[in-house]
Amino acid sequence: MHPAFSVILFTVISGAGYGLFILLAAFHLAGIGPAMSHGELLVHGGVAMGMITLGLLLSTGHLANKKNAWRSFMRFKTSWLSREAVFAVLFYPFAGIYALGVLLQGPAVGPLAAVAGVLAALLAVITLFSTGMIYGCLKTIRQWNTALTPANYIMLGIATGTTLFAAIASVFGNATSMHAGVAMVALVAAALLKGIYYFWISRVNGPTINTATTFNRATVRLLDTGHTAGTFLTDEFGYDPRKDTIDNIKMGVFLLGFIAPVLVFASILSGAPEAVAWLAAISSLIGIGMERWLFFAEAKHVVRLYHGAPNCTSPLTQPASDGPEVPETAGAGEKGPGWRLGDTPGGSGS
Amino acid sequence: MRLGLVIDMDTCVGCHACAVACKQWNTSGTTGALTDYRPYGEDPSGVWFNRIRHYEVGDYPNNKTVNIPMSCMHCQHADCVNVCPTGASYKRPEDGIVLVDQDKCMGCNYCAWACPYGARELDREDGVMKKCTLCVDRIYDQQLPPEERQPACVITCPAHARFFGDFDDANSEVSRLVRERGGVKQMPELGYKPVNTYLPPRITRPIPTDDVRANRLVTSVKDWVNKMVAR
Repeated sequence: MHPAFSVILFTVISGAGYGLFILLAAFHLAGIGPAMSHGELLVHGGVAMGMITLGLLLSTGHLANKKNAWRSFMRFKTSWLSREAVFAVLFYPFAGIYALGVLLQGPAVGPLAAVAGVLAALLAVITLFSTGMIYGCLKTIRQWNTALTPANYIMLGIATGTTLFAAIASVFGNATSMHAGVAMVALVAAALLKGIYYFWISRVNGPTINTATTFNRATVRLLDTGHTAGTFLTDEFGYDPRKDTIDNIKMGVFLLGFIAPVLVFASILSGAPEAVAWLAAISSLIGIGMERWLFFAEAKHVVRLYHGAPNCTSPLTQPASDGPEVPETAGAGEKGPGWRLGDTPGGSGS
Repeated sequence: MRLGLVIDMDTCVGCHACAVACKQWNTSGTTGALTDYRPYGEDPSGVWFNRIRHYEVGDYPNNKTVNIPMSCMHCQHADCVNVCPTGASYKRPEDGIVLVDQDKCMGCNYCAWACPYGARELDREDGVMKKCTLCVDRIYDQQLPPEERQPACVITCPAHARFFGDFDDANSEVSRLVRERGGVKQMPELGYKPVNTYLPPRITRPIPTDDVRANRLVTSVKDWVNKMVAR
């Protein structure tokens, strides 16, 4: 899949915002951790709402026809994208009542604001789940079509939220070992889930070029895709990052996204100044940004089978060692990003 | 009614006439234009409802070239319709044709992600998703003579490899062809239940090639003489 920059930014920023809000509601309303001052509560809530709103606005960036974006609420009954939009908007009134309660009543909010806060946190989790299900429900992309996808979205949102929560608390001199501990547990859990996901997609199976072309009892090879330049399909689904790029980014995901933040919080637990929590927050956001890029870049749509990919995990272009060197003829090269017509041994570019 | 196409992979010669006829009809039809990008540039591209790909099936010497035209399969379980958040994508209950209401589409590409057959293409110029309409603006047109009330691709096919009809009618030409020729569906394991059905290449009598020349002394000498004379 072609990684759309606006969708990466949206899911990472909004995800962290929802995570931060969930942490705020849990610490404040369930009484976990130290008591928070009026100002700290407002800054936590303000940053969370700001990030959520910024992310949702960015998400419209990949729409080709933005004036119809309001219609995305119309198909709640069948579409996870519609459900995400509805839950994301439904979150605001409840979060707003909670925020108003904090603003007017201070840390000791009344029952109405408290209930609204709990419901808003619940809606935050449901929105994260819906975001994951947008991808998880697609039977056409085997790497996404797993319960791990929504699980990852929820846990990564909460994990980045915990790092931000500790970082903001440190501004108020309030980042306790409780903050660091919760962050470490969330980061380790998120890393484990992501690790299971990477393990799972490395051996995923599904439709092949045989079932796609209906010839199940013979080898099938692409001779020609029938077009000389890239198409919408090749632009959208033909993205094929190099194996070493994937490996490097994956290393970055674990180092920046999980290991570095955990080490930072471990250092806070052993006496480092609490302001270093900001390093953990920034590092985890960058790491999860890389994770999100990889989530799209590694996803392989089944329409690739019609463009010559033998199965759901293989790249479109075969390794050069597979066949005799085909000399580059004029015009037979560049066929759009990652797609070459002359990639089958002896194949010609029509 | 369950309208759709039958495509004969035995007789299809891969000439792309169906794709061109489709483009010609639909670019000026109700879902037009099918925008072209850089039509006279080095890498011309654009929106097509129908694309033909060419494959080699089997290994030499028992191999065969098969051409596979693909357009919207008008699936019975059309996930592209289910995932659409705006309600722009819909499946007509009366005849099963899947269409896009361009006035409602917001161009999020989600339906194209949900389609396993690559039937949907975003028109970057108009910012909306476009797809095969089964020439809905033609097959019901009472102004046209009855024999022309068929999709443009079916009428134009010079090899007569495309058939249009109602799959719910057991006596229709498409149902009969599927029955008699053992019609197959693409990627049935995904459960989309595509309506369009493909007819596999006929199994023909193999033409022997190894018994044409017996390996005898006379032929060996002849071969040797021919080789020497040619040099």
